[in-house]
Amino acid sequence: MSYTPEMLESMKLVENTRKDRMKERFPSLSMDERQNLLKSFHPDFREDTLRLLKVGPSKGMKVPHEVADILEAKSRIKPGDVNLDTPDYEVDVLIIGGGGAGAAAALTAQESGASVLLVTKLRMGDANTMMAQGGIQAATKDNDSPSSHYLDVMGGGGFSNKTELARTLVIEAPSIITWLETLGCMFDKDSEGNLMTIHGGGTSRKRMHFARDYTGAEIMRTLRDEVINRGINVVEFAAAVELIMDNNGQCSGAVLFNLERNTYEVVKAKTTILTTGGFGRLHVGGFPTSNHYGATADGLVLAYRAGAKLIFLEATQFHPTGAAYPEQIVGLLVTEKVRGVGAQLVNSLGEQFIYALETRDVVSSAVIRECYDRNKGITTLSGIKGVWLDSPIIDMIKGPGTVINELPAMYRMYERFGIDMSKDPILIYPTLHYQNGGVEINSWGETVIPNLFAAGEVSGGVHGRNRLMGNSLLDVLVFGKRAGKKAAEKMKDVTLGKPNLEHVVAFEEELKKEGLLSEKVSPMLLPNYSASIRQGGGQE
Amino acid sequence: MNQEMITIYIMGKPYEVPKGLTIMKAMEYTGYQFIRGCGCRGGFCGACGTVYRTPGDYRIKVGLACQTVVESEMYLTQIPFYPANKARYNIEKLKPSLNILIRHYPELSRCLSCKTCDKVCPQNLRVMDTMAAAMRGDIAKAADLSFDCIMCGLCASRCPAEIVQYNVSLLTRRLYGRYIAPPSIHLARRLEEVKEGKYDAELEELMNKDLDGLKSLYATRDIEP
Repeated sequence: MSYTPEMLESMKLVENTRKDRMKERFPSLSMDERQNLLKSFHPDFREDTLRLLKVGPSKGMKVPHEVADILEAKSRIKPGDVNLDTPDYEVDVLIIGGGGAGAAAALTAQESGASVLLVTKLRMGDANTMMAQGGIQAATKDNDSPSSHYLDVMGGGGFSNKTELARTLVIEAPSIITWLETLGCMFDKDSEGNLMTIHGGGTSRKRMHFARDYTGAEIMRTLRDEVINRGINVVEFAAAVELIMDNNGQCSGAVLFNLERNTYEVVKAKTTILTTGGFGRLHVGGFPTSNHYGATADGLVLAYRAGAKLIFLEATQFHPTGAAYPEQIVGLLVTEKVRGVGAQLVNSLGEQFIYALETRDVVSSAVIRECYDRNKGITTLSGIKGVWLDSPIIDMIKGPGTVINELPAMYRMYERFGIDMSKDPILIYPTLHYQNGGVEINSWGETVIPNLFAAGEVSGGVHGRNRLMGNSLLDVLVFGKRAGKKAAEKMKDVTLGKPNLEHVVAFEEELKKEGLLSEKVSPMLLPNYSASIRQGGGQE
Repeated sequence: MNQEMITIYIMGKPYEVPKGLTIMKAMEYTGYQFIRGCGCRGGFCGACGTVYRTPGDYRIKVGLACQTVVESEMYLTQIPFYPANKARYNIEKLKPSLNILIRHYPELSRCLSCKTCDKVCPQNLRVMDTMAAAMRGDIAKAADLSFDCIMCGLCASRCPAEIVQYNVSLLTRRLYGRYIAPPSIHLARRLEEVKEGKYDAELEELMNKDLDGLKSLYATRDIEP
């Protein structure tokens, strides 16, 4: 795979300006300039991408069409399909989802003395956590403080975050790094033990801790190993399709669908924690996505039918640097760390057009503007536009070998397609990356439904309308652990009544009343790409 | 659609697919909806290890389905699961020593140095050198060499000595991180400060600030160069 003649021509312009750009710090935008840029170009502000929910506890809330479609669909099951009175599993704490939040919750709940069952749709560890390579934020350095971290989190979120959640996130951050180190996670550090840290978009201090550019993978494989070592019961390829309620309005477990046997199984649990992740694979707004195959927002659907409130679901995070070329990797993430170590964003003429480490929403908007308003993007063979991420400048700033040593995963991803990103710049365009909102929780991960908890991307409020890099790995661990601890504590006082699926029936009634009842069922469980690839869409 | 089509054989069955797709997308093009054998789709999770042969070549080749482009007349199958040996241990009770590695994975000493693992690693890691380092008890080296391992399991599936390289490597990395890496003094200090409640008052104050006050603090905060 190589670059087209048009690309090569533009790359010359990029090379020509590189020396001068090394000394150039593109000015940061003022608060007003940021707001204007977002309002004009961010997909969240395009009216045609959103619609009002007509049913359920957050009726009247604006959400993306693709999210409304699954929230306003009927259940996969009818009450008669399963016998709730003869559960296949009976546990204290049920955890639905095998990513970072689920693993953290499982370890903590078990430590607190609860019997734990973790069920997951794919394999244990199949989650966006595994792919979050850029880093994890924590104010561990002397020139930093949880208060500085808090201010960055709030500013990044447009000051819309739930303050108690933001506070919890930053104050617990240092202890999360310690916890991971105790489990044997290998963070990059110098010979004296000082943790290496860099900036991320929107940070005022260098507080991004990393494990090369495999940070999420390093965390996930360590936690998964620990879950196995501690003998926690994990059931894979078992997707939760409904929550079970009891006659006192408490959550009392879930119905699972065994993806390999096509059968239903019933879990009775005193407390339940949703750690199902986000909605990337819904391809909101038709965007490609950086997300894991399983990111189909199943937990949102389950919680919504059972009566949970949703917040900030109108705010979708587009990661500014998704791969735009070559075709095979369109939508895959080019980690923010590439900009963290010095790469600049450059248009077809070789000019910088935005400070590379503005917050993600702002940078994404600037890239969209550059391509579609100013027409200074580069068009690929398949008609996608993109701008350059000037990666060769990294070795010039930080010394030869930096790209290969500090960004081995990125280097490898491009090398597979014959591109050496330490020598040539790469083409990028925003990719659907993160569900900023979700199920509303308090600082212990509790939802409004008794005995139901949520943690990680399925929940909302921690990051307000826009999450900063490195705060998601932190979020899943902080709130996963807290939910696990609280769920294990709470189960001691729980007495469950008669289990039922009446909420599912009631929701269907509501759909019928609004004229929305169709054959459409949710949760989606698995994306189906055969059709879109046949139409040449590819959706990645 | 005006695409050049090629024939590939999925588990022996021929299918026409557009040239240029990855194995994963080509399989989806033929109508597969993955349950196993598909994960992050970005080369990080190790779910889609695939073995294949191309015409006129007796050798088995390997790759990740999400990262490998289809070739004409390619015969392929995925290995989404491998029944590999995984030792269970309490990391708190271990020591970073050769003894511990051998106790948990005695088959390690059966390594023939045949380098089959190197040949099949889709990450191009020096797997055999990693095992050699482990056998010398050089845990730091083994941890370093294996750091980019995505645990797809292809090495173990081909190893004549039946070593599970990715689980041995995982143990070396956890031992390194837990016992060998120098402790971080600034982290311990910060943890102490948090425990003492040093930041509680200022966080409380920030939480109670009105929107304009918070915005102006944010706009004027100094940024580390």
